[in-house]
Amino acid sequence: MPAPIRLRELIRTIRTARTQAEEREMIQKECAAIRSSFREEDNTYRCRNVAKLLYMHMLGYPAHFGQLECLKLIASQKFTDKRIGYLGAMLLLDERQDVHLLMTNCIKNDLNHSTQYVQGLALCTLGCMGSSEMCRDLAGEVEKLLKTSNSYLRKKAALCAVHVIRKVPELMEMFLPATKNLLNEKNHGVLHTSVVLLTEMCERSPDMLAHFRKVISSSQLVPQLVRILKNLIMSGYSPEHDVSGISDPFLQVRILRLLRILGRNDDDSSEAMNDILAQVATNTETSKNVGNAILYETVLTIMDIKSESGLRVLAINILGRFLLNNDKNIRYVALTSLLKTVQTDHNAVQRHRSTIVDCLKDLDVSIKRRAMELSFALVNGNNVRGMMKELLYFLDSCEPEFKADCASGIFLAAEKYAPSKRWHIDTIMRVLTTAGSYVRDDAVPNLIQLITNSVEMHAYTVQRLYKAILGDYSQQPLVQVASWCIGEYGDLLVSGQCEEEEPIQVTEDEVLDILESVLISNMSASVTRGYALTAIMKLSTRFTCTVNRIKKVVSIYGSSIDVELQQRAVEYNALFKKYDHMRPALLERMPVMEKVTTNGPTEIVQTNGETEPAVLETKPPHSGLQPGSQANDLLDLLGGNDITPVIPTAPTSKPASAGGELLDLLGDLNLTGSPVSAPASQISQPPFLLDGLSSQPLFNDIAAGIPSITAYNKNGLKIDFTFERSNTNPSVTVITIQASNSTELDMTDFVFQAAVPKTFQLQLLSPSSSVIPAFNSGTITQVIKVLNPQKQQLRMRIKLTYNHKGSAMQDLAEVNNFPPQSWQ
Amino acid sequence: MIKFFLMVNKQGQTRLSKYYEHIEIHKRTMLEAEVIKNCLSRSKDQCSFIEYKDFKLVYRQYAALFVVVGINETENEMAVYELIHNFVEVLDKYFSRVSELDVSFLVSESHL
Repeated sequence: MPAPIRLRELIRTIRTARTQAEEREMIQKECAAIRSSFREEDNTYRCRNVAKLLYMHMLGYPAHFGQLECLKLIASQKFTDKRIGYLGAMLLLDERQDVHLLMTNCIKNDLNHSTQYVQGLALCTLGCMGSSEMCRDLAGEVEKLLKTSNSYLRKKAALCAVHVIRKVPELMEMFLPATKNLLNEKNHGVLHTSVVLLTEMCERSPDMLAHFRKVISSSQLVPQLVRILKNLIMSGYSPEHDVSGISDPFLQVRILRLLRILGRNDDDSSEAMNDILAQVATNTETSKNVGNAILYETVLTIMDIKSESGLRVLAINILGRFLLNNDKNIRYVALTSLLKTVQTDHNAVQRHRSTIVDCLKDLDVSIKRRAMELSFALVNGNNVRGMMKELLYFLDSCEPEFKADCASGIFLAAEKYAPSKRWHIDTIMRVLTTAGSYVRDDAVPNLIQLITNSVEMHAYTVQRLYKAILGDYSQQPLVQVASWCIGEYGDLLVSGQCEEEEPIQVTEDEVLDILESVLISNMSASVTRGYALTAIMKLSTRFTCTVNRIKKVVSIYGSSIDVELQQRAVEYNALFKKYDHMRPALLERMPVMEKVTTNGPTEIVQTNGETEPAVLETKPPHSGLQPGSQANDLLDLLGGNDITPVIPTAPTSKPASAGGELLDLLGDLNLTGSPVSAPASQISQPPFLLDGLSSQPLFNDIAAGIPSITAYNKNGLKIDFTFERSNTNPSVTVITIQASNSTELDMTDFVFQAAVPKTFQLQLLSPSSSVIPAFNSGTITQVIKVLNPQKQQLRMRIKLTYNHKGSAMQDLAEVNNFPPQSWQ
Repeated sequence: MIKFFLMVNKQGQTRLSKYYEHIEIHKRTMLEAEVIKNCLSRSKDQCSFIEYKDFKLVYRQYAALFVVVGINETENEMAVYELIHNFVEVLDKYFSRVSELDVSFLVSESHL
């Protein structure tokens, strides 16, 4: 067999390949040659073959058949063999392969070898890919090497120790005594690695951290580090360690980082460091990148420890200087750190606001993102107008990936700091028109709620919105808000009264034209169409001369393909025909909505379990006609777990119940209320209402034994109520129901629903299951929370549905035997 | 913590790669291709730190070769930037005026 080619030849050959396929061919040929050579157990050329294999591995081809060969190389006595063997082990092996344990013995022998280079190789490999078993076995050897006087070995041993600690944290104490002398070295390599080791120890274990902070011997750790740092800065030019005029910046950075960890939350250490930090901050040259790197680390350290205020101001000024620097990297780094510090040192950062806002116009994407986040953090009552102008301009010109975040940020900021309602509305309109399609869906309900709240601005708002969609109705959120407003305040629009702006002359037909074109347009989403149809319907009471036109439009959509639209249109038609006397009352103006606190996109959506508000509006005629029914129809509708955000525009007569329910994704049926109360006057309200609760604080105590009651016991189904009162909130009663089944067959699909009188509020959590096993062998538990602020007598009506013996059963019952302790 | 250290040329050929965390082989090639794509699309005026998935890339271009280091958020980006330069200077001294060819050919030396 001819001698295998050298690595160089291989590389040269591969470089001549023109296509990927050619390269693969060459490599496969070579792999085959290597494999047959391995089979022949050829000692002389093994090293060469493995080297080639490693190269191919780097290019991305599988090379696992070389692992055993690596082991053989490690075991050989020649240094070149060992070197390639260890390199191969580091690259090809890791703890997932079983083969690696075979290396342990080799490494152990090599750690005690006479040549330091071999020892070094072994340490490197162990530090690179040692598994926890290997580390446990060999930790003792590593520790011994940590104490030798050979600095070449010491630094490698320190890094190996870092790896050992990462893999097996329990061994940390073993290395503790060795660390005492580590910092006394002159050799920077050793210093550097020992600082790394100390950093790792301090990060991993708070005990170690406390230990290092205390006075353990005559020289504490912090003063030692300070001394070393001082020497580095003060010493003159040292050719070994110099990088563009600064000696050993890498070591400086490491020491600063360790100081940061030591000084965090600890006053004494922080005090000891103050001077040196000030010194570093002032003396370091900033003309080169190196100096800036050190300053960056210093600033991070100052911010993290308990430094005095003068130092903090110094740090922020440094960051401000960074911001003005021409180099992009530095500006990026400055913006990142300012973002971290803006919470704590708000005022200081405000000083640099104008520079930050300028960074919004930078070309670089990373910088723009940082600047945007920082700008939002800096908006406050004083600067909101100016900042908003800049941010709106940014929204115009930024990349699409930013627009959603920017729009949400602007909404939040505007909500918190709007100087006047008109300004707020103007800002929102501006956002909707510029970035309309990127606005998040949940912004629409918030906006609508905001608009209803600013009563005096209705005319102005509707006029502006009308003008906005006149030209362009492709941006869905804008169109949704606009159609809702036009539906509500169309009469203001037509009457032409508007104090804030020049009133425009709009006729009813023009308004209907626009709404109809939204309905017809291909660009409108289904949701938008729903909004438009409802708006048209509402206008039937507000407009006087175009009612017939509206009737026509509504009846056309009665046969629309879109089920949602069809349902709405049919119901509205019914309103026109049969319930015309109810129409004005139903379609009255919305009351002012209670403020729904938002937490941004992760808010718990306060919905009523409905997908569209319109469906709710049509419910009242039904429940009005059947006052006895407990909104059971509504409950059926709640079966689906929709959490599409819904405008909380339930036609409620009491603003207090603006909350909806907490939809539990895990529960099958999470009942709560939808404020089903009829709108306005004419329909008498059903005596019991289901009201939703916004999340109540969890109580955590048990009241002294309130007797439990049996609420229902019929047909083999027994339901017990046990009570708990909260000490923190005396008007909350928590009822745990237990449902058991004494018949011979299981009850499946068991659903428990409850209703309470108007003065109470109820929250039903999800049940443990929906099957009650027979013969009382198991129960379903469910928790109900009742809020009883007026301490009235608790009464409850319950409805049970389940399947038993193959047939569906349903029952209604009233529970009146609540013990007085449960509600007093 | 440094996750990986790559030297890739403009055509996407990896000249040197060292991973400090285990990543499967086919994922490595994909990672390298994506990383180089990100770096190539940057202009000269943009900063050298890219946010990629859940870590940061620090890259530096030397003629036709990109040196890319992947770090997580505990590292000081500027210090790593300097480290890259230091590394290249060392290679320069070792090979006396290093070029891409040197890096490709003397893989074993570059590694250790």
